[in-house]
Amino acid sequence: MATYSSLWQRHWILERNSILLLLGILILIAIGGLVEIVPLFYLRSTIETAQGMRPYTPLELAGRNIYVREGCYLCHSQMIRALRDEVERYGHYSLAAESMYDHPFQWGSKRNGPDLARVGGKYSDDWHRDHLLDPRSVVPGSIMPAYPWLFGTDLDFSHIAEDLKVQSLLGVPYTDEMIANALADVRTQATTDAPDSAALLKRYPKAQVRNFAGYPGRVTEADALIAYLQMLGTLVDFKLYDDKANVR
Amino acid sequence: MAAQSYRQTKYMTFGEGGTAVAFAALAIYAIVVAARAYTPEYAFHAYLFAAGSVATVFAILNRYLGRGDALAPLTIDGKPNYNMGPVKLATLLAVFWGVAGFVVGLWIALELAFPALNFDLSFLSFGRLRPLHTSAVIFAFGGNVLIATSFYVVQRTCRARLVGDLAPWFVVLGYNFFIVIAGTGYLLGITQSKEYAEPEWYADLWLTVVWVVYLLVYLGTIMRRTEPHIYVANWFYLAFILTIAVLHLGNNAAVPVSMFSPKSYVVWSGVQDAMVQWWYGHNAVGFFLTAGFLGIMYYFIPKRAERPIYSYRLSIIHFWALIFLYIWAGPHHLHYTALPDWTQTLGMTFSVMLWMPSWGGMINGLMTLSGAWDKLRTDPVLRMMVLSVAFYGMATFEGPVMSIKAVNSLSHYTDWTIGHVHSGALGWVGFVSFGAIYCLVPWLWNRPLYSLRLVNWHFWIATIGIVVYVTSMWVAGILQGLMWRAYTNLGFLEYSFIETVEAMHPFYVIRAIGGLLFVIGALIMAFNVWRTIYPFERLAPEASMTPAE
Repeated sequence: MATYSSLWQRHWILERNSILLLLGILILIAIGGLVEIVPLFYLRSTIETAQGMRPYTPLELAGRNIYVREGCYLCHSQMIRALRDEVERYGHYSLAAESMYDHPFQWGSKRNGPDLARVGGKYSDDWHRDHLLDPRSVVPGSIMPAYPWLFGTDLDFSHIAEDLKVQSLLGVPYTDEMIANALADVRTQATTDAPDSAALLKRYPKAQVRNFAGYPGRVTEADALIAYLQMLGTLVDFKLYDDKANVR
Repeated sequence: MAAQSYRQTKYMTFGEGGTAVAFAALAIYAIVVAARAYTPEYAFHAYLFAAGSVATVFAILNRYLGRGDALAPLTIDGKPNYNMGPVKLATLLAVFWGVAGFVVGLWIALELAFPALNFDLSFLSFGRLRPLHTSAVIFAFGGNVLIATSFYVVQRTCRARLVGDLAPWFVVLGYNFFIVIAGTGYLLGITQSKEYAEPEWYADLWLTVVWVVYLLVYLGTIMRRTEPHIYVANWFYLAFILTIAVLHLGNNAAVPVSMFSPKSYVVWSGVQDAMVQWWYGHNAVGFFLTAGFLGIMYYFIPKRAERPIYSYRLSIIHFWALIFLYIWAGPHHLHYTALPDWTQTLGMTFSVMLWMPSWGGMINGLMTLSGAWDKLRTDPVLRMMVLSVAFYGMATFEGPVMSIKAVNSLSHYTDWTIGHVHSGALGWVGFVSFGAIYCLVPWLWNRPLYSLRLVNWHFWIATIGIVVYVTSMWVAGILQGLMWRAYTNLGFLEYSFIETVEAMHPFYVIRAIGGLLFVIGALIMAFNVWRTIYPFERLAPEASMTPAE
């Protein structure tokens, strides 16, 4: 029987026993991940206290799902880094709190196009409509694809309440009232001068209620997407935000 | 065969019967789901599952009726009876998916240079094709190369037949079915938007089953080995299979909206989701594209050079240091973001440290050629693999540099990242895979490679392509990063965003040319492989099963 005289020969134990080798690998790869990920769930300093954050309205959520479906995140980040030029170009650097209800996050990794974290309210609905139908009609040098199919297609929101229910299961503070009204809220938010808008705004403060894509009486996929784009970065009022309050 | 003397009656094994019943059940379930699916795209996928399941049941029954009374023996005349069928299939699929993935990459590179190529069609738009490209090259091409080589290497180095009768086939076919589901899903807009983990919950569940079987087949074959030691290549393959399983489960934890809906919501959100994603994303690089392919390096380079590994001790240090350090590196994808500073700093620190084991591995690979350097002149296959290790060294130096926060503030969000990824992906993963394919095809089909000269052409065309690609992206990325932060002397931002996009155009064109050269190289390889397997002159028919020498 081999005597394990040196450290190198002790390694034979692992080389000769596949289960020990497997366990060794498992232990070593577990350490880094555990140290970096687990504290993010309990350190209170991870997510700042910021006033104004609320869950997405059902229409915004549907729009966000279209944003995901079309792979917008592959060219547009939603994460303004704490660097001078970014803050001057896009606005206040992004807070962790601003994406705390994002399942999944949409920070992105590449900017073939500009950051969209605070694009809400920067352009008119008409601009977005023209831009999505033919990007080069409003930005001649743009390399963005056109998205005409969003305009011809009615939004399928028949199951939107289930989406809210799953999100509430995951910790997004959707109330029973929000879930019960989800279907109607989609239609209300996409209607200019909708009679039920007061109740919607009570559930979702700062929600923008109007027909977004220019097809009155219809809720198209473009309505949902533009509603989502127009609310990005608009929830936290940075005139009131105190970043010193979050220094611990 | 000896087994026949005592096993007179033919009967169906538990594996055959059980698998057939399981797939029959899956077919029924898939049809029920298809009938009530929320979207036509999901119904299409459910029907694919149903069709695949029915085909599997028929294939199992057909194979049972056609086979002899006994299963294939583990050994023939005392020598291991290797199971190379699944290896052959995975090798051919790797060539196919490689060409497909490179072509899609070329197409989306052209879309960035000439956006009219999006044709206003949903399934051709950049946002849907980009995940198709990344998944096709990483998981379809790279994954099949890894499955093929790992099944080959584990049998050879353990001197044992693969564990399982149907299981190795299930791994290869099941994995490629996952690829089809993932790829068609992207085109139809089914994605959960987690980079390099875009497939939705049902595809993820399927992959989990396939992957567990893969791990069991691999581990079981190691346990069956007739060699006392587990060879170093198998450590890397094992780390790859195990860690990818852990990452896959952690990053894809999601709750589906309904079993009739393709949509799910990942359980993590915001900053935690970002951290989990890049813990996954960077270690998809670390364990899929690095550890797995290091397994290839540790077997195919010594074999081809006919020299032992340079240093056994270095390989021990290389292995444990690499897998321990890699897992920490994820946060360097999130510098200056809303991720806490302490996490960013940890990620940067470990990324810089990672340089050492990476170069330890590179040295171990390159120095294996000690005494055989002359073969680089005569053997383009070996040259390809050696250059791949050199690219590995270059990319694993560039990576730590880019993970430094000050550098990353410039490089992040730009094409520098794209250039970096491709020097690793085309140079390291691509070339070591091509080298392995050029080795495997003659070994598996037991005939000489059709043309070494064509390998030489492939080598040079692809090498020039990589250099063109990577340098154009370096210039593009650094230029764009500098333009974003340029100020006029009055203190205003000098360039609007769109001006920085317009400045990219010439580099996008040059990059596409580099990509085209790489595609041409891959097509030459595909032709060479095809001609090797189907030569112009028919060779004398061989015995269907060749015992190991």
